[in-house]
Amino acid sequence: MSTSRHALIVTIAVVVLSIALVLFFVNVPVVPKAAATQAIPVDNLFVLMFSIASVFFSIVVVVMLYSVIVFRSRPGDEEDGPGIRGISWLEITWSIIPLVIVMALAVYGGLALGSMVSSQPQEMEVKVVSAQWSWQFEYPQYGITSSELHLPVNQPVLLKLNALDVVHSFWVPEFRIKQDAVPGIETVLRITPNQEGAYTVYCAELCGLLHAYMTGPVVVASQAEFDEWIREQQEID
Amino acid sequence: MRVFFALGLVRAIIGGLIGAGIGMGLVAAIRLAAGLPAWNPAPATMVGTFTGLLGFLIGVGALSGWLRWVGGGKEDEQDARKSRLPDWTRYFSFDTNHKVIGIQYMVTSLIFMFFAGPLGIADRVKNMAPGPWVLDPGTYNSAISVHGITMLAVTLIGISGMMNYLLPLMIGARDMAFPRLNAFSYWVIPPAGILLVLSFFVGGHDTGWTAYPPLSVKAPLGMQFMLLGFYIAGLSSILGGVNLITTIFKMRAPGMGFFRMPVFVWSTLATAFLQMTFTQFVGMAFLMVALERVLGFGFFAPEKGGNVILYQHLFWFYSHPAVYIFVIPGLGVISEIVPVFSRKPLFGYKAVAISSPGIALGGSFVWGHHMFAAGIEDWLRIPFMFTTLLVAVPTGVKVFGWLSTMWLGKLRLATPFLFVLTAIVVFVVGGLTGVVQGIVPADLHITDTYWIVAHFHSTLFGGFVFPMMAAIYYWFPKVTGRMLRESLGKIHWALMSLGFLLLYGPMFVVGLLGMRRRIYDFDPSQPFQSWNIASAIGSGLVAISMLFLVANILLSVRRGALAPDNPWRSRTLEWQVASPPPEDNFEELPQVHDDPYGYGVAGSVHAVLPETGGHTGNR
Repeated sequence: MSTSRHALIVTIAVVVLSIALVLFFVNVPVVPKAAATQAIPVDNLFVLMFSIASVFFSIVVVVMLYSVIVFRSRPGDEEDGPGIRGISWLEITWSIIPLVIVMALAVYGGLALGSMVSSQPQEMEVKVVSAQWSWQFEYPQYGITSSELHLPVNQPVLLKLNALDVVHSFWVPEFRIKQDAVPGIETVLRITPNQEGAYTVYCAELCGLLHAYMTGPVVVASQAEFDEWIREQQEID
Repeated sequence: MRVFFALGLVRAIIGGLIGAGIGMGLVAAIRLAAGLPAWNPAPATMVGTFTGLLGFLIGVGALSGWLRWVGGGKEDEQDARKSRLPDWTRYFSFDTNHKVIGIQYMVTSLIFMFFAGPLGIADRVKNMAPGPWVLDPGTYNSAISVHGITMLAVTLIGISGMMNYLLPLMIGARDMAFPRLNAFSYWVIPPAGILLVLSFFVGGHDTGWTAYPPLSVKAPLGMQFMLLGFYIAGLSSILGGVNLITTIFKMRAPGMGFFRMPVFVWSTLATAFLQMTFTQFVGMAFLMVALERVLGFGFFAPEKGGNVILYQHLFWFYSHPAVYIFVIPGLGVISEIVPVFSRKPLFGYKAVAISSPGIALGGSFVWGHHMFAAGIEDWLRIPFMFTTLLVAVPTGVKVFGWLSTMWLGKLRLATPFLFVLTAIVVFVVGGLTGVVQGIVPADLHITDTYWIVAHFHSTLFGGFVFPMMAAIYYWFPKVTGRMLRESLGKIHWALMSLGFLLLYGPMFVVGLLGMRRRIYDFDPSQPFQSWNIASAIGSGLVAISMLFLVANILLSVRRGALAPDNPWRSRTLEWQVASPPPEDNFEELPQVHDDPYGYGVAGSVHAVLPETGGHTGNR
């Protein structure tokens, strides 16, 4: 069989496998249901990058499997194969194409990050205090403190993260992005929850013995329900 | 009994215990004189570590040559004494032959692997079910931490073994540039490893191998053992780097220009530069934490004016290049094995060769990608994202080169080649998932989850573990003069490959779904359990597969089929001498004419060997 025939079969197999994998990643959810506007660019990036990765993975696996089967040496054949040391245009191409792809991904990622960290109009501030091994949430404009994080839906929130003892990290998987809380400085995380529901914040930086259990309830509710909760908390305090 | 006490290792342990005792006694005496209670484990063991190390090195004879030279005496008295002892004692003593040292490193690596591996398996077992069972939280946290740091030491030791054994042979040299320094670099490793193992039993450490302060400042005594143990291992790395670079620059056989060197030599050069340049930073970071613990310095303590994130920069400035130290040699092994078992030239040899220093250079500027969520400036994450993604390019050059070597070749599926095939696929998965992580918004979801654990185990298995298995099966005949059994080798390969897939595939899934890393327990309402059970089964398969390797080695080292000088018909220089090689490798130095990959190229010859008149190339 000629080289071009081998190449044709491999190309078809790569295309088929790539399409199958891309269809999988586009249709099967591999992340929890998104509940914040910040999750949208993150999830788009995942689908895009898994698709690109699928193409490269398919090339590697198909070429390798094909070679192992079709180019296996016959028993007793002690001869060497063809003495091909390289093909310059091919080597240049497979250096340039990945370079262009990764640089484009970096630009896209940078723009997405910019949109996620820029300050929003009328942000509600919540101060998050993390300590071994629990979370406290302070609402300065309402004068209350709670061990539960309640947020009104579609309201941009500016979380100001503090750590009293060691490094902790604030993470609600449905919101996607996480941020470490660091002793000695205040770090910030901007979240705009857009799905009502009950979630959990998990500490995502190993912080000692009970790190696994350092969680807190997160409730995203309508503005009315949130205001009601605030009133209840103010009565308690 | 006389032989027993003549062994360097035995004398070293005695010397180490005496040295440690003196150090701890010194601290007790000083404390008493200062009116303090005599015993405080932290300062006592800190001083005891260094005096114990000194005692260990004196006991093994690592300092005798230098001390004799300083005193004006003769330097080679050691060799005269040694020749009266049986040959096997060389492997337990201070021996300057690079082949002895290489084997010492390899065996040490496997020994510590059999300590660190079960620690990891214990964690997989715990994660099979939620709730408190099988381990308590403190032991679990220590197990993952000690597993991590010990496995990293295993990797440094294993690559040193491969590079030390192969480099002089591959470049046509009789030994390394500094043989005595080479032996010294090995002998700091056993005390370092002992400290890492002991750390688990003196209170452990619950910080992960990354040892971030302030948590690491508050951690139990095991933390100090870990910090100092790895600090000492780093010394081996730095000195080894100096030795390897000098050897490559100064001791290549006549005719071996840089573009006639095997790719493994290029890999060794790149790795050695990284070892020599960056290790100091983790040494410094660890030492600063140790001093903060024992003497109350405030480098990383905000209440004393310190900066928590400073540690992370210092730490990762080494620890990212470190991962390239871990994988570049293995990628070099792959580049050696693929052409031999494809009977075809390494495709794009020059590009593949240059890609090793390319990866090393590129990998020097990416450390911030471990800190995207750490609290660094928002804008600082952008340049690190770009530099991180750039490293994919030289990596791709290697992978495409390997695939093109196989394409149209004549492939022989012996065990070394099977391990290389798995290595390539697994490393590609690791590399592609690394690109995903390099994009900041995506990383902010997956950092500190099991996705990351799966990613780095993929790159480590693909770039180190599987290539090291391939290297063992490939070079065992050269080292011992006997063949390993193919049947057992193929079972090892199949079980390990399947086990790897089961162990780490599920971790990508649960990481994306929200499972954090380094957690003792998980919420049963989250969809993790079935995946964790699959992981645990995979870890068991990997462990069983390694037993097949041990059995194979034990069976074959005395009773395996006798190996010819060149069972794989390879062109590199180590295969042109006897199996095992003579004491000084080459009687007369070979004359090199071309690179060693001219399979199928009419009239191509890598080198001509004067003593036999033979040549490595086409007849």
